[in-house]
Amino acid sequence: MAGNAGFREAKGDLRLENVTKSFADFTAVDDLSLVVPRGSFFALLGPSGCGKTTTLRMVAGLEQPTSGRILIGDTDLTGSRPYERPVNTVFQSYALFPHLTVRDNVAFGPKRRGLKNAVQLADEALDLVQLPHLAARKPAQLSGGQQQRVAVARALVNRPEVLLLDEPLGALDLKLRRQMQVELKRIQTEVGLTFIHVTHDQEEAMTMADTVAVMNHGRIEQMGAPEAMYDLPTTAFVANFVGQSNLGAGRIIDTDGDRLVAEVQGSRVKIPKARSSVHSGEVMFGVRPEKVRVRREQPEGIGDDVKGVVRDVSFIGVATQYLVEVPSGAIWSAYEQNLDVEPIDLRPGDEVWLTWQSGHAFGVPPDDDAAASPMVIDTAAED
Amino acid sequence: MSTLAHVGAGASGAPTSPSPEPAKKSRLAYLLLLPGAVWLLVFFVIPLVQLFTVSLQSQFPGYPGYYYRDVNVGNYWRAFTDFGPHFGRSLLFAGLATFFAFCLAYPLAYAMAFKAGKWRGVMMILVIAPFFTSFILRTVAWRQILADEGPVATTLNTLHLLPGGRITETWMAVVAGLTYNFLPFMVLPIYASLERADHRIIEAGGDLYANGFTTFRTVTLPMSMPGVLAGTLLTFIPAAGDYVNAELLGSDNTKMVGNVIESQFFRVLGGFPTAAALSFTLMAIILALVFVYVRKFGTEELL
Repeated sequence: MAGNAGFREAKGDLRLENVTKSFADFTAVDDLSLVVPRGSFFALLGPSGCGKTTTLRMVAGLEQPTSGRILIGDTDLTGSRPYERPVNTVFQSYALFPHLTVRDNVAFGPKRRGLKNAVQLADEALDLVQLPHLAARKPAQLSGGQQQRVAVARALVNRPEVLLLDEPLGALDLKLRRQMQVELKRIQTEVGLTFIHVTHDQEEAMTMADTVAVMNHGRIEQMGAPEAMYDLPTTAFVANFVGQSNLGAGRIIDTDGDRLVAEVQGSRVKIPKARSSVHSGEVMFGVRPEKVRVRREQPEGIGDDVKGVVRDVSFIGVATQYLVEVPSGAIWSAYEQNLDVEPIDLRPGDEVWLTWQSGHAFGVPPDDDAAASPMVIDTAAED
Repeated sequence: MSTLAHVGAGASGAPTSPSPEPAKKSRLAYLLLLPGAVWLLVFFVIPLVQLFTVSLQSQFPGYPGYYYRDVNVGNYWRAFTDFGPHFGRSLLFAGLATFFAFCLAYPLAYAMAFKAGKWRGVMMILVIAPFFTSFILRTVAWRQILADEGPVATTLNTLHLLPGGRITETWMAVVAGLTYNFLPFMVLPIYASLERADHRIIEAGGDLYANGFTTFRTVTLPMSMPGVLAGTLLTFIPAAGDYVNAELLGSDNTKMVGNVIESQFFRVLGGFPTAAALSFTLMAIILALVFVYVRKFGTEELL
């Protein structure tokens, strides 16, 4: 077929080298370098406007970088057209062809590539997403979740070297979303292709991806395995965007063996050296809410602690969240699992001690911009 | 033109969206329909019935211009045998005008929808602006444009591209006039359907290994088919019934059915039944053609 002219076979890791994309008055992606290993499930996580979708569109060829290179293996794809790349996209709005049946939608790619068994491949792909019974329908006759699966099948059927998913679950309700997360993960494991998943939902990114890259202002703030990133964020932005953190600005005043001693808003706290990206001067101290325990009396020998006043108690079921005002005026949050037969009965206004093992603390460079209050419960910004 | 009014009314008179309170909502819907329905009844249905009875009348022998009620099917037979070529020309010219209007309108609508950027509003005004001037005046102006000593004819003659030596009073002038006059009716529906199309769907074509042309052929064009269908109908139907262009730009050899109806009604003594029969025959032919056409190319939205 004419549509297949110039198609470039390429195999290997996806590499972005110093990629920058500037629009008239702002830089969407700023000197981004990235390697996505072949066959991995990679998530680009960030708030809306952080450049994650632009990055994806550059990989797809729907945008061209202002500078930098995009490669798969050793093949430089910079400047090539979308139809020349071994890359397929699952669009946010699914972008199914409304005039074609589900089967023809899925067979579209293979047909353009001149494959004789296009329809057979389409049916196999529909089997994979468990929709073979809807092959003869038009997209308008499907539910959102079904359209989403068709969009996945339409991209997967081509066995692209890289499959791009642009917030593919954004339009689905919560339950369906959880279901599709598991489904997509299953499909990825089954076909073994490189998946790049763009999302603003940190939970989605963490549950699905092998590697998560957090983007902000066109740059990657931090990249790594979800567990490692959650456990040890290296910037204040990541500390608050990936999960929640109790943060406090302070300065490092001493060292104690392999720990740094910092004074944070009147309290002395310890941070393991290995868990702090700054070792002197100004520091942003942080600890995750579920690592913080709530006690009526000052505890002995657990670790660091700070006194505060309960401001809010919310029972979530598996846990209870306490919002506690610490002396500096900041509000810290703490999750207590409801393990005890007789839980401590706290009410707003009660004085409590917050305590945590200092091994859980982390230190990041101070960042006024990103030191948002942990009061923000839902960190996932809506597009 | 009455056929066009009928098509328009049919499209707007179907508010059948599902509603939470069906009984109350449908009563309101009928109330809203009432003025239009009354209008159509008084100015469309009743005249149509009247016209139909006229088409079957017979003349009093020896008293030209006087008729009596009858079921004279011969009027239809005469209309068809005497004015067959006029029917042929009407359909041919309207078909050609529709084709040329499509060829001009699609790129224009495409440019307006996807490429115009900030000029979109200006282009839209330019498409609509001719409506601010009378239809007749604009058609008369085309006589100047296509005149024997005019720029178009002289240029084509210099290049030896004009076999007959002139454009006015030929079928070319009539088709050109029809094309021009009905162009906006082709542009606007196509533009609307292209503008409404999700840009991501067109991008998806490129993402799935279709180059620019293939994407256009397999994605963009099929997606705009409802607009193309509406545009061709809105052009073909009034063009087939038109007589102004043939009157002002053509000659006796390019007369269309509209011209015959007009002259039978207003200039030929005793021509009333023939004119009425011609009107009905034209309407039937157009309805049949439109039905076949919509059946073949139509989408769920139209049938």
